[in-house]
Amino acid sequence: MALSRRQFIQIGAGGAGGAALATGLPTRWWGLDGDPTPDPRTDGDQVVASYCELCFWGCGVLAHVKDGRVTKITGNPAHPLSRGMLCPRGAGGTGLLYDPDRLQRPLLRRAKRGEDVFEEVSWDAALGKVAEGLEGVKQRHGPEALALFTHGSGGAWFKQFMKAWGSPNIGAPSYAQCRGPREAAFQLTFGTPLGSPEPLDLANARCITLIGSHLGENMHNTQVQELADALGAGAQLVVVDPRFSVAASKARYWLPIKPGTDIALLLSWIHVLLAEGLYDAAYLAEHATGLEELKAHVATSTPEWAGAITGLDPGLIRASARLIGAARPASLIHPGRHTVWYGDDTQRERAMAILVALLGSWGRRGGYVKQDKFPLAGYPHGGLPPPATRPKVDKPKGGRYPLASEVLASGLCDATRPGQSLYDLKAWMVYGCNLIQAMPDRPRLIEAIQQLELLVAVDVLPAEICGFADVVLPEATYLERDDDAWNGPWRQPFLAVRQMVVPPLYDSKPGWWIVKELAAKVGLSSHFPWKDAREYVQARLAVKGQSWEVLSTTGVLMGEPFPTCQEDGAELTLETESGKIELYSQELADLDFDPLPVFRPQEEAPPDHFRLLSGRAPLHTFGRTVNNRLLAEPYPENEVWLNADAAARLPGFERRPLEQGEKVVLVNQDGVRSTPVKVKLTQRIRTDCVFMVHGWGQTAAKQRYAFGRGASDALLTTRYKLDPIMGGTGMNVNFVRFERAPEVA
Amino acid sequence: MTARRYAMAVDTRRCVGCNACVISCKTENALPSGGFRDWIVQEVHGTFPDLTMQIRSERCNHCGDTPCVAACPTGASHVADGGVVLVSKHKCTGCKACMASCPYGARWVHPDGYVDKCTFCLHRVERGQVPACQETCPTRALTFGDLADPASEVSRLVNRRPNLVLQPGAGTRPYVFFLT
Ligand code: SF4
Ligand code: SF4
Repeated sequence: MALSRRQFIQIGAGGAGGAALATGLPTRWWGLDGDPTPDPRTDGDQVVASYCELCFWGCGVLAHVKDGRVTKITGNPAHPLSRGMLCPRGAGGTGLLYDPDRLQRPLLRRAKRGEDVFEEVSWDAALGKVAEGLEGVKQRHGPEALALFTHGSGGAWFKQFMKAWGSPNIGAPSYAQCRGPREAAFQLTFGTPLGSPEPLDLANARCITLIGSHLGENMHNTQVQELADALGAGAQLVVVDPRFSVAASKARYWLPIKPGTDIALLLSWIHVLLAEGLYDAAYLAEHATGLEELKAHVATSTPEWAGAITGLDPGLIRASARLIGAARPASLIHPGRHTVWYGDDTQRERAMAILVALLGSWGRRGGYVKQDKFPLAGYPHGGLPPPATRPKVDKPKGGRYPLASEVLASGLCDATRPGQSLYDLKAWMVYGCNLIQAMPDRPRLIEAIQQLELLVAVDVLPAEICGFADVVLPEATYLERDDDAWNGPWRQPFLAVRQMVVPPLYDSKPGWWIVKELAAKVGLSSHFPWKDAREYVQARLAVKGQSWEVLSTTGVLMGEPFPTCQEDGAELTLETESGKIELYSQELADLDFDPLPVFRPQEEAPPDHFRLLSGRAPLHTFGRTVNNRLLAEPYPENEVWLNADAAARLPGFERRPLEQGEKVVLVNQDGVRSTPVKVKLTQRIRTDCVFMVHGWGQTAAKQRYAFGRGASDALLTTRYKLDPIMGGTGMNVNFVRFERAPEVA
Repeated sequence: MTARRYAMAVDTRRCVGCNACVISCKTENALPSGGFRDWIVQEVHGTFPDLTMQIRSERCNHCGDTPCVAACPTGASHVADGGVVLVSKHKCTGCKACMASCPYGARWVHPDGYVDKCTFCLHRVERGQVPACQETCPTRALTFGDLADPASEVSRLVNRRPNLVLQPGAGTRPYVFFLT
């Protein structure tokens, strides 16, 4: 029997040069002390399946443990979101686990809020302090005076606590500061919000259109995989972006649009599709209402009209519309993710949704498809907590934002300043979100924080928000804890588990433990009857007959495939009031909003100012990876992108023009100054705006690597424009000018 | 059986320059901070708005003609299985002669005093796995394999897709091919 290559290596590997001898290739001789095939030996003696927490996407990972240390993290091939591949952040998870700046023990504040002076205490003392503070707030103001800000999978435990405690005020910046507008717009148009991961069939699309969404820099693993697959299969890409993004560099058409004019472009695209018959008439006749109103509405929205507004060549608008229209129904308009730009964002997303409808791509292969969740039972003996008695408090007194479907984090901040809302918030728990970078108008945020009677921060790193907390609770990282099982929506339902890979470092504790202990201190133990997270998950699985033994080895369990699009035999379901796609929205009309999207010009920049735009880098998630030494190596700080020609004309720099990489200070329209940041002079951006990757310019000195690196777009975002429909905070309405950074001696 | 000739095809159309290959290389090979065996290059041409950009995940080209091996006085730099260029760290004195002769800047000095570079993850290849960079690449931009085997994926790509190598004029006959 001939030995296979692998067997041969196993036999030969003991002797030096075995591999080389095996092939007889010309090899320079070296001594027996040599190391013919240098093996770093990072394969784990133990490999634990879990899912990632470096961003919210939740890819399946395999964590390699050797001698008690996590050596590397690879993608779990069985997991549908990673398919064995990871983005850089996922691969860099050990940089979080072994971050030398991690929170090690619970902390109590010992100086003014924000001065970041703390004393290490025991868990008992810290949780005692939290319990005492919460009880006091409850006695004086009721249980609803407590709000939770949360992001990430461990937040589920804290949500449970809030329900048991009796407060409905659970918010996340991921709604009103991120994807809220598109949720409202797709809800209005198709009757369903999109959620996460979005129900997109990128892989099978023949044309993909990105509007201000720089997929690829915005590293949502599965979507990037599918984008590449689609491009590899010959799909066309249309990218609308003031910046020549990575995606733009791969596009058939790049439309370098003037910021703030997207609705005009979208209306003219709709105009072209309707005028040239490049829409799915049969599909619309069967499934949609309002086509006549739409036709009348865009009758004059020609590419020439839009060209004058957007700064785009009308020929380019027409050509891109034709490409988009010709690929229907597998022509995918990506809804975007970070969609809070100008306060009219629900309307812009409505225009995108209308385009989706015209292309007939809702419910079609290569378009918007159906997803479902793996059926996962509740914990058997949980017992329902009493419902909160007062309503959510995220809206101003009069009540606004009729179509907000989640709590507004910005609304919770406002409700903390006395007299703004129906009642005042007096205590915050902040789990895994650094509100200092996430929220606009930092002075007002800090004003709200100073009003609090209690601020508790739960985090793995000493994030900026921790500096303002009364009590800081160090959570174990995702590699050190069990969590609830995950059954997010997908095209084939699946279930994934989070398992402890190594025991927690220092005195950090998993979220479930923190919550259970805290509950015991405030008399809510009956709501947390489980022993630990593992027992909790096992019990949930057992109800549906799933085996923990299997899941804990594979990390993931696939459900039954089902038809996800019309081509597979799925029916088109529309949960709008009319049961149809609502091109014209009666619901908006009834609420006194524009029933069809209308373009209204945005404020122009003051002289010598540039519009400030922000975005993502693939190596980093928001501001929470900037201290990760591994991820910082290739991307150590952000830069401000400035058009090189605009730089050459910059007033005040005539005598000595800015040089590549030189440090500048950005000053916004309200006089707020950034920390020094390097300038990237490039042709890859328009001359009327600048761009920065979000998350830098952090002020938390205890994050020693991140401290003072780059600049914060959030700091410069002193203004925002509220979306009247769902309360999103449009943040692309700030302008900056340049100053040379003072030279430090 | 013909001798193996390992090579890599880097699809610049698929690559988004995310650096996942860089990070996974670092953890797979336990590289110290500051040390890289692969890296990303974004090459931009043109002026706004007429621009092009090529994104490349670069690494040692495991050249067919190896100035680095020729320059190495100790024999530490050598050509191993499948044409993979390796450094035997026990023999390397850190003299940097190889670094000076490599036109691609593919080598760096490890803090432990020896010169280090991409090994095509030969330790994994011997176990039947692909290099760590390829394994993680979310866009499947990287394809490693045996160019001597006409049926291999890398042969198929290099033979059918237009491609280029870096600095062909340097005369080193690189075995990393950039599909365009
Ligand atoms: S992992 Fe793949 S997509 Fe990312 S930079 Fe490397 S080659 Fe490009
Ligand atoms: S790229 Fe440089 S180090 Fe690699 S084989 Fe060629 S010359 Fe040698």
